Formats: sequence, C-alpha cells, structure tokens
Amino acid sequence: MSRIGIRNVTKTFPVRDAGEPFTALSGVDLDVREGEFLTLVGPSGCGKSTLLDLVAGLTPPTAGEIVIDGAPVTGPGLDRGIVFQQYALFPWRTAQANVEFGLEAKAAPRKERARRAREHLALVGLTGFEDRYPHELSGGMRQRVAIARSLAFDPDVLLMDEPFAALDAQTRESLQEELLRVWQHTGKTVIFITHGIDEAVYLGERVAVMTSRPGRIKEVVEIAFDSREGDLRADPVFGEYRHHVWKLLRDEVAAAQVQEREVAISHG
Amino acid sequence: MADTRQETPPGDLHWYDLPDDEAHEDTAGPEAQDDTAGPETHDDTAGPETREDTAGPQTQRAARAVSWGRAARRAAVNSAAILLLLAAWEVLPRLGVLDRVFVPPLSESLVAGYDLLISGQLPEHLQASLARSLAGFGLAIVLAIPLGLLIGWYRPVADFLTPLLELFRNTSAVALLPVFTLILGIGETTKITFVLYACSWPILLNTISGVKTVEPLLIKSARSMGLGPVRLFQKVILPAAVPTIFTGVRLAGAYSILVLLFAEMVGAKAGLGYLILDTQSSFRIPDMYAGIITISVLGLLFNLLLVAVERRFSTWRTT
Repeated sequence: MSRIGIRNVTKTFPVRDAGEPFTALSGVDLDVREGEFLTLVGPSGCGKSTLLDLVAGLTPPTAGEIVIDGAPVTGPGLDRGIVFQQYALFPWRTAQANVEFGLEAKAAPRKERARRAREHLALVGLTGFEDRYPHELSGGMRQRVAIARSLAFDPDVLLMDEPFAALDAQTRESLQEELLRVWQHTGKTVIFITHGIDEAVYLGERVAVMTSRPGRIKEVVEIAFDSREGDLRADPVFGEYRHHVWKLLRDEVAAAQVQEREVAISHG
Repeated sequence: MADTRQETPPGDLHWYDLPDDEAHEDTAGPEAQDDTAGPETHDDTAGPETREDTAGPQTQRAARAVSWGRAARRAAVNSAAILLLLAAWEVLPRLGVLDRVFVPPLSESLVAGYDLLISGQLPEHLQASLARSLAGFGLAIVLAIPLGLLIGWYRPVADFLTPLLELFRNTSAVALLPVFTLILGIGETTKITFVLYACSWPILLNTISGVKTVEPLLIKSARSMGLGPVRLFQKVILPAAVPTIFTGVRLAGAYSILVLLFAEMVGAKAGLGYLILDTQSSFRIPDMYAGIITISVLGLLFNLLLVAVERRFSTWRTT
C-alpha cells in the first residue's frame, strides 16, 4: 500500500533577467510505501531537496500532484516532520524547549509537552541534556535533538534532507544505526536524501536514484539483505548493491558536471 | 547557521560567557518579561547549575580563585590609563604645566562636586537631566520597536520607507533642534522630543535588521511544522531578533545622555548641560568640571547597566 504518491511532478522556478524558467524537476514519479525507509540519491543540483520541499508542502508543484494517503498535499502539516542538514534548532531554546516546539504548534497541554519531549530526548539518548542550549551541544547531539523534535509531534512521515552530511564519519555511523533503531521502533515512513551511496544502501529498503537536472527518477533499487545483523557494510551483497547504485549515478554525475560547467561559462 | 562552524564538545559549557551568579539573580525581572520565547527557555539551568555537574567543588574553587586573580589583573590593566589621566589632572596644574585657572587640580573639582552634592544643586540638575533622558529613551523604545517590527516584517513597507529612513538617519538631531524649538517651544516637550528623535534611529534600524536577518532555515523549519504568520512572528522572528534589538537599545541609551546635554546647553534652566554651561560663564570652573565628571560617570553607569541587560537577553548567541 502506498502512503506517498508523487505523480508526474514538475517544478520550475522563474529566473530573474531570463525568459526561460529554471526546471528543477521534470515528470517525477515515485511511490513510497507505508512504513518504508526510502533513500533518495542523485547528483548535486538534481532537485532532491526541491522534491522534499514539495512533499513537505512548503512549495506547490508546477505540474503533477503529490498525494498522502490519497489526499493531495496543499501545505505544510504536522503529519510530516522534516530534519535538515543544518539542524535548524532554535538557538534561544533549550533542547527540551526545542523538542516541545512542534508540540506547541499542535497545542498539546503543557504537561503533555514536557513529558513527550523528555521521552523523545531519551529515545535519541539525550537524557540529562534537556536544559542545554544548542550551542552547548556537539553537532551529533544537535542532530539528535532535531530528530527528537521531528518525532515528538508524531508525524506519519519523516523527511530527512542529508541530515548526517555535516557530521564526522564516526558520529554519522552511530546516528545511522540509531536512526534505524528508532525507525524500527516507531514504524514511520521515512524519505531520506543523501549524496552518499554507502549511506543510501545501508539505510534504505529501497534506493531511488535520480537523474541530473531536470531531475527524474532513473531507477528504484530494492535492497534486500538476508539479515541486517552484524557488519552489513562488509557483506558482499552490500558491495554489489553499492556498485549497482554507483553505476547508475556515474553517468548522471558526469552529466551534472557538464551542466555546471556550461552554467559557469554562460555566467562568466 | 553558526552551528556548523563551531562544534562545541559536550561539557564545554562556556561558563565564562554566562553571567555570574549575582547578575543572575539581579536580572530575574527583565528575564521574566520575555514570555515570547516561552518560560521553558529560561530554565536558568544553563547558568551556574550546569557548572556544578561538570566540576567537583575543589576544582571549582580553584578555578574561581584563578579567575579572581585573572579578573584583578585585568581590572588593573583596564584602569591604568584612566588612573594615569586622573594623576596627570591632579599633578600638572599643581606643577604649573597647565593653567590652574582653566584646569584646576582634580581634587578641587571633586571638592566642588561634593559641595554641589551637599547643597542639593547637583542632585537637582541630575534629576532634571535623568528625567528627560529616560522619558525620551523610554518613548523611543515604546515607539521604535513596534514600528521597526512592522517595517521589518512587511517587505513592501520596508522598501517604501527605507530611502526616507536613510535620509532622516543621516540628518543630525542637532540640526533639527531649532525646528523642534520652533514648533514645540523651549519647554520640556522639546527636549524630550529631541532625545526621542535621536534615540529612535538606532533602535528602529536594529529592530528592522533583526527581523530581516532571521536565519531563513529557522523560518522554513517553523513553517514546516504548520506555523501561520502570526505564530511564526511570535515564536521565531521576535525571539531571534531580541539580541539585535537590544544592541539598538544600548546604543540609544548612550545617545539619550549625549544629545540631551546639548539641548540643555541651548535652552534650559536646569539639568547637567545647563549646569556645565552656566558654571563656565560665571567662571565657577571647578563646578564646571564637577558637572562634566558627573555626566561621564552617569553615561558610563548607564551603559554598563544596558550591557548587562543586553547580555542577559543574548546568552544563546555566545558561541
């Protein structure tokens, strides 16, 4: 059963001092199943983040439609939570108050808010750090707070835009593991954008590979391991999937680089 | 965002960036007023309490002793130039290097100041000046902050008004004093309006920039959680702009005393500006210096107070 349906979605942006609008996405078709962990990879500038903004309802598609449980998306809502690469925590709020933010938007009673925020900080392993401000936390801890914030108001869908890209390799790996644990525990539907092939294959049940701009879905790769126990990355099957996704991406990355050079020349 | 530039390891609490315990209690008042950010944000636990759980009492006492020693040394360095000036002021007139008639030794001016204090003249003038400064400053806060929020929030309003604001900002308040006098007479209204005018600009411009420069990602994040424009303003824009607004308020505080003095020299029968000019023209030179010293000390104290308040409101910005 599909939870999110992206149907022939095109997104263009008007460009100042130019007749032609900028086409970010062109005819994207993608279905995301209920409770699925879907990762989305593509060359830089292919419109991954734009697609996420569209699903979040922050901006409307130029053509096509996005449906969630059969109803078209008309705006942002608390049924979807976003986690950004740059955390987007409110620096004047403590970890606890940051996690409560979405609950305030949901108009939950004060005691309920405090309880749920504590629970979700505990879920991401931050018990004892409730009263710290973001600048008193490490990058990994900040991203944990951001994840807790998005989970606390109990959205059905979690949209993650390269959430671990700014973290060091070790922190990233431990957060990946924890995210999988949280996902298994909560059963959310997750769309996870990354530019890391390893990360996409490690986390995703399916990996959607996008083309270079204007972005379309090139192929959706099913990732099936016999078991997720142990060091998955050392599994030869992991290497095969990784190589497959890498091959799909290689041509697109090359195309994107040519595009970039052309843009640079025409602007120079 | 600033977050990525500086990865603060857990436990590194920047306690030196936080106000000390005394300031903590003193400012409980203004802190409580900031209800826009929600009471939870001011749990006070980021202050001294967090220090306790990272260091044992022994190391803490030692650290405190070290910081006291460091503070004392810093105070000595900071005040050296001032002490030198005061010493020169005392010695040079006595040695005849400076004319004693025009620059009497510091001690004479201090004695004169003490006499003015005892006779009740100085408190009277001080009160007159303070009342005008605070009235103009207070009105500027009340008027310029809401206006700035409005201008910053509605882009068309900002685009429309910016050229006008630039024009007025670059028109010295002093140039407009004759106009104020013409329209409002030479009473208190003129002086308060004059201070109000001068104080409004830093507050207004900082408020506008505070609202306009809120990190777009924070707005996006709040919008994604379904916040409408009103709550977005209340829960994100306003708290994010508070530190910038307070920088404007602090600058305005300094202006309020600086410009008032000028107004009091042009047309007044009381106030420190009047005292300084009047004592000069009646050749009560030590009294004149007493007035000048009073105004410097007043300005300094006012600024220190506002800096302390500003810090209270911007602790989260100290990365």
